[in-house]
Amino acid sequence: MKQKKTKHEFRSNTLPAFLTVGPVTLLMVLLIAVPLIYVAVMSFCSIDEFYNVTFQFTLQNYVRLANTDYLRIYAQSMGIALITTLICILVGYPFSYIIARTKSRKKKILYMLVIIPFWTNSLIRIYGWRNLLGTSGWLNGLLMKLHLVSEPVDLLYKQGTTILGMVYCLIPFMILPLYTAIEKLDGSLLEASSDLGARPAATFFEVILPLTSGGIFSGSLMVFIPCLGYFFVSDILGGGNSDVIGNLIERQFQSGNNWPLGAALSIILIVVTLILVKIYQKLGGDMDALGV
Amino acid sequence: MKKKKKEKRNHRLSIVFCTLVYLFLFLPISVIVVNSFNATTTKPYMSWKGFTLDWYVKLWDNTSLLEAFGNTMIIAVVSTILATIIGTLGAIGMYRYKFKGKAMIDGLLYIPVVIPEIVLGISLLTIFARVNIPRGMLTLILAHVTFCVPFVIFNVRARLAGYDSSIEEASMDLGANRLVTFFEVTLPVLAPGILGGALLAFTLSIDDVIISYFVYGQTKTYPLKVMESVKSGVAPDVNALSTLILVGTIVFVFVTQGDLFKRNRSAMQK
Repeated sequence: MKQKKTKHEFRSNTLPAFLTVGPVTLLMVLLIAVPLIYVAVMSFCSIDEFYNVTFQFTLQNYVRLANTDYLRIYAQSMGIALITTLICILVGYPFSYIIARTKSRKKKILYMLVIIPFWTNSLIRIYGWRNLLGTSGWLNGLLMKLHLVSEPVDLLYKQGTTILGMVYCLIPFMILPLYTAIEKLDGSLLEASSDLGARPAATFFEVILPLTSGGIFSGSLMVFIPCLGYFFVSDILGGGNSDVIGNLIERQFQSGNNWPLGAALSIILIVVTLILVKIYQKLGGDMDALGV
Repeated sequence: MKKKKKEKRNHRLSIVFCTLVYLFLFLPISVIVVNSFNATTTKPYMSWKGFTLDWYVKLWDNTSLLEAFGNTMIIAVVSTILATIIGTLGAIGMYRYKFKGKAMIDGLLYIPVVIPEIVLGISLLTIFARVNIPRGMLTLILAHVTFCVPFVIFNVRARLAGYDSSIEEASMDLGANRLVTFFEVTLPVLAPGILGGALLAFTLSIDDVIISYFVYGQTKTYPLKVMESVKSGVAPDVNALSTLILVGTIVFVFVTQGDLFKRNRSAMQK
């Protein structure tokens, strides 16, 4: 900030500062900070026989977190998130590269075509996959018509189906930051690299990849973390066979009705998020890049 | 010569690859559109029984679905307006003034962006239950404003990064007061960022499932209505409504045209 001394300087800044920053402060404190603190407090609370939360300190919820069923689901959830992220990188990178390096007006249309599917409600699009993959679905119909299979194959309710749904929901969060990063690449750098005798692979690994790694990091963060929570994807496509941590939390706040346990489960997600964000920042990631 | 051939092959390869990705992105949507014309009347409404336009007519009798859609629109419009005002003011204030706790607010803003939505949903649920706010339209709007505001702020902030505040000084030196300067100078300059943020907020609000799922009470939104029907099979009238919404959005995008998007994105890139 440059120093400026104008005749307006003497005016008080308290009122305008209060008017502009006041509402957002109120909102963030009351509806983000306080609720999250309350969740943390609740994770140490007990419930009575009617499943009401009582403010009696216990570590019971955290002890329950370590049971083997849960441990298996944490591992499964992390596995699903990891595979989803890797697929999003492997598919999203070349894809973003191609559309970002397209010359001509087509580029804008290609970019829009990525966004348009996401203007339809995500639930109904996930349901569309069920329509495609179910035993009476389109894909089976096609396979039967082509006599590739005699019996319908059940493609639903597998871990792979859940991963497919996750990739489908989250791949734009990989493509968009990658697109931005790749579009910013200076073409003359690539020419310089090849003029100096670098093979395409060398140019990619030594020039392109380091310059676009920011896009990969922010994309990965925005794919991996939601993946742990998207309970509806595994609900609709995984049919209970590929629960993520989000499913465990959802159950405790709905049918299970054990809010303190659900709160403790949420703390896991909060801790994982904090760790990953710290790593992201260590890698030089820009926090503002995540929100646009 | 050889190089050219190779380039041509690579070019063809990339076209095939991109086509496959677009196919992947659009396949489920084509299912929705096709099924909205499906004459089937038996659950789970999956097998093709011929072409009909009936569902587009029957849609208008499905009052609960239309009501849910109405709720979604009300919530999206109100939350977008509130989030845009709060976010724009906040971004300007945080850019301009130094005050205690600024770093804390900055940190809090990132939470809705990175944290899994389910954590936000249950934390709002618990606090609303704690202070006895009945779940419904009010809690939905509060929740939506909360997760939209940071996105507005980041978009406006991106615009502020290239902002030259000397034009405000010029305005005030020429005799305009703070308010006039704000409306006549500051806002027009920030407009693309504000618009981009508002658009993002609107999209996030319309599509939100997870957070709404925990705070809706009796006020069902359109995504929640879809969620409810997913278990038994999504009826073709839901598909019909989804198709209409899709067509509506595409038309909207083409009318406002890429121009908006171009400005919007270049503002984001800063």
